[in-house]
Amino acid sequence: MTRGALFWIVVAIVLAALPPLAGALGQPFYIDLVRRMMILAIAATSLNLILGYGGMVSFGHAAYLGLGAYAVGILGFYGVTSGWAQWPVAIGACALVAAAIGAVSIRTSGIYFIMITLAFTQMLYYLGISLEVYGGDDGMRLKSRSTFSGLIDLGNAVSFYYVCLALMLAAIYLTYRIVNSRFGMVLRAARSNEARSRAIGFSPYRYRLTAFVIAGAMCGLAGALYANHTNYITPGLASWVQSGDLMFMVILGGMASTAGPLLGAFALLIAEEILKGWTEHWQVILGPLLVLSVIFFKRGLAGIFRA
Amino acid sequence: MLEVRGLTKSYGALRASDGIDFDVRQGETHAVIGPNGAGKTTFISQLAGDLRPDAGRIVFAGEDVTELRAPRRARKGLARSFQITSVYHEFSALDNVALAVQARLGHSFRFWRDARRDAALREPARRLLDEVGLGARSEVLAASMSHGEHRQLEVAMALALEPRLLLLDEPMAGMGAEESQRMIGFLGTLKARYSIVLVEHDMDAVFRLADRVSVLVYGRVIATGAPEAIRANAEVRAAYLGEES
Repeated sequence: MTRGALFWIVVAIVLAALPPLAGALGQPFYIDLVRRMMILAIAATSLNLILGYGGMVSFGHAAYLGLGAYAVGILGFYGVTSGWAQWPVAIGACALVAAAIGAVSIRTSGIYFIMITLAFTQMLYYLGISLEVYGGDDGMRLKSRSTFSGLIDLGNAVSFYYVCLALMLAAIYLTYRIVNSRFGMVLRAARSNEARSRAIGFSPYRYRLTAFVIAGAMCGLAGALYANHTNYITPGLASWVQSGDLMFMVILGGMASTAGPLLGAFALLIAEEILKGWTEHWQVILGPLLVLSVIFFKRGLAGIFRA
Repeated sequence: MLEVRGLTKSYGALRASDGIDFDVRQGETHAVIGPNGAGKTTFISQLAGDLRPDAGRIVFAGEDVTELRAPRRARKGLARSFQITSVYHEFSALDNVALAVQARLGHSFRFWRDARRDAALREPARRLLDEVGLGARSEVLAASMSHGEHRQLEVAMALALEPRLLLLDEPMAGMGAEESQRMIGFLGTLKARYSIVLVEHDMDAVFRLADRVSVLVYGRVIATGAPEAIRANAEVRAAYLGEES
């Protein structure tokens, strides 16, 4: 068995064993915490597809987190609480918006790409703030969590946890398949050497745009999960701070690695949690820690695990 | 095969290509020589579609390709190698060539199957690496290969496209004497199978490989002819060959 396969078996077992353990220890809080980590790991995995493998430094990936969450919230607001409708709408809306943003942004590169993706996301953020009917700046409480014809009850913390676990592993596996497919090879090649790709006949634009749309859609799913997780939607989900957090998870975990986004999301949120317990000025400590980690782990945490 | 008329490209006041007329016949190896700064790379970049000419026409296999960008021209059978090595450093030699094979096989919107286990890509790529003499190095990362090996890899990638016309931009650049000799020998075997535009500094290579030679000076073709005629041409000697000795 390869090291990579072993790593994933251990991860799956540990995460699957957590709810009964947390229950036995009388610490159900951990179920919530890890669920949040897994949801953000999905978002980071989707960002890794374009940032790590595609070389597209999107500083606006939180747009899809916010949009996915609002799709669930707004449909719920009008009485549509079925997840069978909400989640596909969240994914579809994000794919569409990603196609529009990507179609414009991917024509640029470097700092312009960073700024234009940021600008689009800020537009969506301010749109969220201006929508008074959905709570504006304050956001809005969900009337109910997404329902699945009585099959899955997201109100049950443990079932919701396993839904997130399954979807996270699926998202990671899907991304793994994509980046090693013919499509993924073209995407990575274009990042490695665009002139060479063009010379052998690939037009990178189409492949990048497709990856951008896939990443947006996948992050939309994370957004739908996040709305259910907090039971609350706010424009803050699409803020640039959130975009920065996602980028950091990917970089900290290790760009263009399968396990990187998961490791990065978990490490960042665990560090945050521990430091919050010590002091309310936790960001003052977290900042330098992150800087050091980037300096010393050039290939990210995944470089240590080689996964 | 290839017909270029009145090709012009300026950078500010500098005319890098100044009304170039040029053609390549089927099966011919047509070399382009000229002193540094003569506009050789600018010229080949316009042939490949990486640069847009300001004026002029490029007709390839009976079709006007002047407006087509590089990827489209590559798919039509115009394959280039770069003067400055251009390979995928983070991929193995085999991956590099397999990507070129993949490019020839049409679109790559296939999202699931592992491309590295795809015999349709790997087998032709292995054969090409054998052909250019890199068979034993197929699993080595391009980043850790020598300069000479990069040049061989570039040629393998160009051949993977099964081109109708090869554009070789100084394939011997930066090679040692021994490597150069081997490369010249290898290009000699390609000559029989492909039409080639060879931009080269190495006079020995040019006179051994070329059927015709064009001399480019300050963006203009000052002479075209058989190698012996070029060697004898007084204007060429003054402009170029004289500087060599």
